[in-house]
Amino acid sequence: MTMTPYLSLSIWVPIIAGVLVILFGSGENKSPLARKLALLGSLAGLVVALPLYIRFDPALATMQFAEFSPWIPAFHINYHLGIDGISMWFILLNSFTTVLVVVAGWEVIQDRPAQYLAAFLIMSGLINGVFAALDAILFYVFFEAMLIPMFIIIGVWGGPRRVFAAIKFFLYTLLGSLLMLAAFIYMFLKSGQSFEISAFQALQMPLNVQILIFMAMFMSFAVKVPMWPVHTWLPDAHVEAPTGGSVVLAAITLKIGAYGFLRFNLPIAPDAAHYLSGFMIALSLIAVVYIGLVALVQADMKKLVAYSSISHMGFVTLGFFVFNPLGIEGGLMQMISHGFVSGAMFLCIGVLYDRMHTRRIADYGGVANTMPKFAAFFMLFAMANAGLPGTSGFIGEFIVTLGALQANFWYAFFAATALIFGAAYSLWMYKRVIFGEIANEHVRELLDINHREFALLAILAVATLAMGIYPKPFTDPMHASVNKLIQQTTMKKI
Amino acid sequence: MKSLLVLIPLAPLFGSLLAGLLGKTIGRTGAHLATILGVAIALMASLFVANEVFSHGFHFNEALYTWITIGSLPMQVGFLIDPLTATMMVVVTFVSLMVHIYTIGYMHEDPGYQRFFSYIALFTFAMLMLVMSNNFLQLFFGWEAVGLVSYLLIGFWFTRPTAIYANLKAFLVNRVGDFGFLLGIGLVLAHFGSLDYQTVFNAAPSHINDTIELFAGSPWSLMTVTCILLFIGAMGKSAQMPLHVWLPDSMEGPTPISALIHAATMVTAGIFMVSRMSPLFELSPTARSFVLIIGATTALLMAFLGIIQYDIKRVVAYSTLSQLGYMTVALGVSAYPVAIFHLATHAFFKALLFLGAGSVIHAMHHEQDMRHMGGLRKHLPITYWTAVVGSLALAGIPPFAGFYSKDAIIEAVQASHAFGSSYALFAVMAGVFITAFYSFRMLFMTFHGKERMDHHTKEHLHESPWVITLPLVMLAIPSFFAGFMGIEPLLFSDYFGQSIYLAPDGPMSVLREEWHGLIQFTLHGMMAAPFMLAVAGIATSAYLYLLRPDIPDAIKNRMGPIYRLLENKYYFDRFNEIVFAGGARSLGGGLWRVGDQTFIDGGMVHGSAALVARASSVIRRVQTGFLYNYAFMMIFGVFALLTIWLFKA
Repeated sequence: MTMTPYLSLSIWVPIIAGVLVILFGSGENKSPLARKLALLGSLAGLVVALPLYIRFDPALATMQFAEFSPWIPAFHINYHLGIDGISMWFILLNSFTTVLVVVAGWEVIQDRPAQYLAAFLIMSGLINGVFAALDAILFYVFFEAMLIPMFIIIGVWGGPRRVFAAIKFFLYTLLGSLLMLAAFIYMFLKSGQSFEISAFQALQMPLNVQILIFMAMFMSFAVKVPMWPVHTWLPDAHVEAPTGGSVVLAAITLKIGAYGFLRFNLPIAPDAAHYLSGFMIALSLIAVVYIGLVALVQADMKKLVAYSSISHMGFVTLGFFVFNPLGIEGGLMQMISHGFVSGAMFLCIGVLYDRMHTRRIADYGGVANTMPKFAAFFMLFAMANAGLPGTSGFIGEFIVTLGALQANFWYAFFAATALIFGAAYSLWMYKRVIFGEIANEHVRELLDINHREFALLAILAVATLAMGIYPKPFTDPMHASVNKLIQQTTMKKI
Repeated sequence: MKSLLVLIPLAPLFGSLLAGLLGKTIGRTGAHLATILGVAIALMASLFVANEVFSHGFHFNEALYTWITIGSLPMQVGFLIDPLTATMMVVVTFVSLMVHIYTIGYMHEDPGYQRFFSYIALFTFAMLMLVMSNNFLQLFFGWEAVGLVSYLLIGFWFTRPTAIYANLKAFLVNRVGDFGFLLGIGLVLAHFGSLDYQTVFNAAPSHINDTIELFAGSPWSLMTVTCILLFIGAMGKSAQMPLHVWLPDSMEGPTPISALIHAATMVTAGIFMVSRMSPLFELSPTARSFVLIIGATTALLMAFLGIIQYDIKRVVAYSTLSQLGYMTVALGVSAYPVAIFHLATHAFFKALLFLGAGSVIHAMHHEQDMRHMGGLRKHLPITYWTAVVGSLALAGIPPFAGFYSKDAIIEAVQASHAFGSSYALFAVMAGVFITAFYSFRMLFMTFHGKERMDHHTKEHLHESPWVITLPLVMLAIPSFFAGFMGIEPLLFSDYFGQSIYLAPDGPMSVLREEWHGLIQFTLHGMMAAPFMLAVAGIATSAYLYLLRPDIPDAIKNRMGPIYRLLENKYYFDRFNEIVFAGGARSLGGGLWRVGDQTFIDGGMVHGSAALVARASSVIRRVQTGFLYNYAFMMIFGVFALLTIWLFKA
């Protein structure tokens, strides 16, 4: 039986589209063509990813849509792809987000739009590769390669301190991934020369080795999530990145780190994961509480949302390391929801920035008077960010808190403070920006959102509400894979 | 029947969506027709369901759909329809409909007309979801959703600094309550393995002696911890001390929502929730005593604050706080039916008083200070007479509704032996006098005495249009009848059936033994202390505000320190502002500057970058660019390698 290689398509269609956009769309007066090509490419990327959900068999815990062919036979490195009920969601989320960022950059990016859009398309394909790779080296290649377009996006289209931010971002993430590569090579040697992730997962290792392996991979993924205290690159990167860059960074890139924990750390080093769970939970809770407080005092909207992202991702890692279904599935739901909500928050800030060219909260006030439609959307997303039931933002926080309480009351206690801090920083910002009398002449002259912006925000609003009201379709395909993962996590490998 | 039940919350939701999303298209009339129709359908259907419940023993407990499944745990959306729910549904939809009609008149000049109708219909939906829920998840959903609408409505006039301060404060204080509530729900799930009410209630008795160690070495009763955490949620929503601070400020919202949300329905969600959880609370006397003491303190201390207010809405707001304290006291002594009874009568007469205050404000061109009113009874006769009914009900004068429900609370406290019940008895007794005093102070200052408004306002004084007075009259009717009509069925028959669990020898059984019919109860009540206190309160207020209006100012000047304490509302606001709001901000700022910027970025990130830079500035010197240097190094290297190789061999 010949199968359509949906995974390869979802990786290569956007990449090829990106190349085409550069080839045909760059140069004088070709921007409209570049935009159309990019939109077409991103839509094609989404269309080829949809069968991954439609044809997915939720009953199976094995890797589906698998593709296998040798790549570098000398080192037993293979082009091995496949997804389970966990990774499937992130390929979909990524392909979906790519369409949004292409539309978001439509008339906003006037400087070299072809290159800008191509960078996003190529990055989208590479990120799909990260989630689909079942070979550790293939994973590593995608994992590193996707940094390059992001580096370029921040470095070329970013704000005034873009070079500083881009280098900080690059160095931070590079440091961690080198250690991860070392761990892969070690396990390659121990596993009888295989880079298959499944071979790593089957590897028996004593606890002290597991701890080293865990920590090596932790360094790489924790930076990506980002976990406290290796988070400080994120606010800088967000502040300097263009809106589209921030959206992808928050909605997708952060998820790669958390995904790495699930795919690598938990099943490869389960005993170390249990041994270090207190440490991981402590870092997660620090992220929730400490970062929640830090978010409260930010004067820059993007920084505020960046810090709130870190705080929300704290729930994800907290959920993963309590090792129960509530925690893990709650964490996954938090990841998907955060993709919608943080993406929407950054788009909203982008809408304001495009008009006012400032992100300082103090420069705003009374926006609701001149932009009522925008204010309504922003209200919804701010509430979702504060975890209001009925929006997607509620599910993850609620379920992870319930899961954490099964492990230890105090985990839930500190996690639940997000109920207060999340509302405080989201709504206090909302109040200062949107409510009140018109603060200055610039606000008075604001125009409400246009059709393009309305469409973008409306799509995300529908996604946020639909997921909040009926999240079951999201978790149903996860169960088998999560059960398998929990089983792997409870197995002793010493 | 199931589809009818689904229709009840969805009809207002649909109206809300129409008014909110298509407000421009359907216009003002379209907006109020759509929402009023939605709420009217909900009221009709609720009455029908209530009739089925009370006449034919209808009972419904079913899931509508599975919201999410985690592991093997389904979390569902579903309805539980029993006498408790049916009572709440009728109260909520009735008051809501009255407020909808009233709003047509009250808000007719407001540019946000459609938005307002959309919000209040959305509120009705959320409140119905809350009371109709059969599980903790949906309860929490409704709980937060009514909080959202309350936030939106307090900040309805979003250009007013005080309004947007008040709505943020309300949301955050409620979130503090929800923090406890969520942990309580978490404990329920962790120990009883379900979020479904019935399953949890069935499992609860076998856990009565379970303990949990929150702190190593000190085992605490599981039921007590769970119930107190759940009750913290109720303290937020039902504004019990010290989480009461948001409710007075919520008066920044338009008056119709003060009546609907901040008096009649939403704030009673906590009372409803604890009654719903009676099978849990009955297992923990400690938690009940906690409830009792919090309630009694709120009832008394908040009543004092009602005395010194000059803003007409704030008087009613503090009286709401105090009355919520009464209901909480009833919960604390296990008299849940009495709490619900008072909830219902209070919903009617308090909504009436708020809407009456709104009618006055409307007539006075948005003047709320009672020092600028007086003598209004001639100009607003319908408003005046309905306000008299409301005040008599609030003060607890027979045969008005409040007398029966309040007297039942006091008798239940007398019959209780719970820890804290003697303190509570003192508080509720003293509260009766103060309540009567401030409610008639308000009545006299507003409607009697000299006309203190300016000439312009006076010329334009007129009774409100029928859309405003009709709801007043409609609410005055149950404010009069609901007490003596309701007391026997609600308290002394099998009205609540299985929906409220009562331990066998609680105060309710004492009340039942002492019940000899309505006439005896009324006559007995008229010779007992609470009635005397109420009459004394009214008399004092009549003396001070009708006969000798000069005395109150003299007292005010004499009692400086006490007056300042009351004027500053016991300094709760200032304390919260400095300690919690200010504390969180300075802690956040400190963590950011010291933790992120100095330590992590300055020390680790830029520190390591600086280290690399310094090291490379040293090593860089080796690379001089002169050929002879490199040649020398090469020769040196070859020599060194040769040496090592030779020695090894």
